[in-house]
Amino acid sequence: MSSRRIVVPFGPQHPVLPEPIHLDLVLEDEHVVEAIPSIGYVHRGLERLVEKRDYKDFVYIAERICGICSFIHSVAYCQGIENIMNLEVPRRADYLRTIWSEYSRLHSHLLWLGLFADAMGFENLFMNSWRLREKVLDAMEETTGGRVIQGVCKVGGVRKDISNSKLSEMVKDLDILSSEMEDLCNVFFDDDTVRHRTKGVGFLSKDDAYKLGAVGPTARGCGISYDVRKTGYAAYNDLDIAPVVETGGDCYSRCNVRAKELLQSVDIIRQAVANIPDGDVDVKVKGNPNGEYFSRVEQPRGECIHYIKANGKKNIQRDRVRTPTSANIPALVKMLAGCEMADVPVIVLTIDPCIGCAER
Amino acid sequence: MQLFSITKILLKTLGRGPSTLRYPSEPAKRYENSRGQVEINIDDCIFCGLCRMHCPADAITVDKSSATWSIDRFRCISCNSCVETCPKSCLKLNNVYHEPVISGPLVESFKGTPKAQAEKSEE
Repeated sequence: MSSRRIVVPFGPQHPVLPEPIHLDLVLEDEHVVEAIPSIGYVHRGLERLVEKRDYKDFVYIAERICGICSFIHSVAYCQGIENIMNLEVPRRADYLRTIWSEYSRLHSHLLWLGLFADAMGFENLFMNSWRLREKVLDAMEETTGGRVIQGVCKVGGVRKDISNSKLSEMVKDLDILSSEMEDLCNVFFDDDTVRHRTKGVGFLSKDDAYKLGAVGPTARGCGISYDVRKTGYAAYNDLDIAPVVETGGDCYSRCNVRAKELLQSVDIIRQAVANIPDGDVDVKVKGNPNGEYFSRVEQPRGECIHYIKANGKKNIQRDRVRTPTSANIPALVKMLAGCEMADVPVIVLTIDPCIGCAER
Repeated sequence: MQLFSITKILLKTLGRGPSTLRYPSEPAKRYENSRGQVEINIDDCIFCGLCRMHCPADAITVDKSSATWSIDRFRCISCNSCVETCPKSCLKLNNVYHEPVISGPLVESFKGTPKAQAEKSEE
């Protein structure tokens, strides 16, 4: 008996999707044969604004490319400009950037774990993840002034300093938080409900992940040991980091990578606070940048690239951004081919899509 | 493999009470550093327009001839850029969010005093 193919539109508005991604799912009975993505619903033209804004003021716009990894976008942009202008950023500023980047990662991963639990219908786990995330957001608001958009990174350093006594307090709070995170992660590792919905679902082989250019936890969940933090930007070259790698290649592995990265981020913040030097947090910036730089950073979703080209004027010429979601969409299409219709939301969420990021 | 692995978290959080606030009857916690809304001490303002030039959201308007400083509260992104560039330090960012707008203008204008104008002309 031959089955009939139908096309089901999935998104951009959908109850389980936090982001406006649109997929045309070609179905054969309940199986997805092919998924055709289309994006373009929230394009804001932020890249173009670089031609109209002063390069120092564009940091605020670069930060608003994404609401979750906002701070890390500003780090990528600032380190690009600093390298073009040969600016030596004070070491304390590098450490503060590292600490706030890891706080961003904590809040992003806790948010994602909550959304993932929600997509599986596990409401209690969702609320507990977001309860912990609030504490991370409170720490960010206390130190930077903003809960989600921090606005502390600038060309030449950072705008605010954290006193050493406050840093010690933050680590003490993190100790309490990390024990709660461990309990939360154990649910994601061991619970039957989670395992049944994720184990063996959305499989992506290591070769496919490599060929399709997957980045971040999507690649690390397939066994690729690739983490841009190992290249040593900001203060990461002083810290002991090992990429969290899982070899399963399914939704369960990608979930585990993110859960383990929570604990890794806490460890990195502890190391950074222990080694942070005293001194200034910014340098005076004079003149305009002239040249180009390819700036790479590791966001919670994966590798993010800012290619910056400047021509000696106050408005730089180009800021081309390649976000991790753009890199992970080919891998997502591969994962979706052959899955069950009911598993589509779970698989889409495992790449942690950020369409606002991807469309800029 | 466990069937009720979340029970540990449930038992821990059972006696804690709610983590949420009864907002707005119970006010949300604000920190000293929290970025709220921009305030101006209009008597010190020299209407140089640097805050307008550096505002990434084009929320500020400065009219030197009529000595008026205006801000569109809906456009303002509370980024602190104007406060940092103000040469007279007459701008500051408080830690209270703007009250919800029900009616009235979204643009708040501040008119400079004749005294500030006179001092400026002396300079």
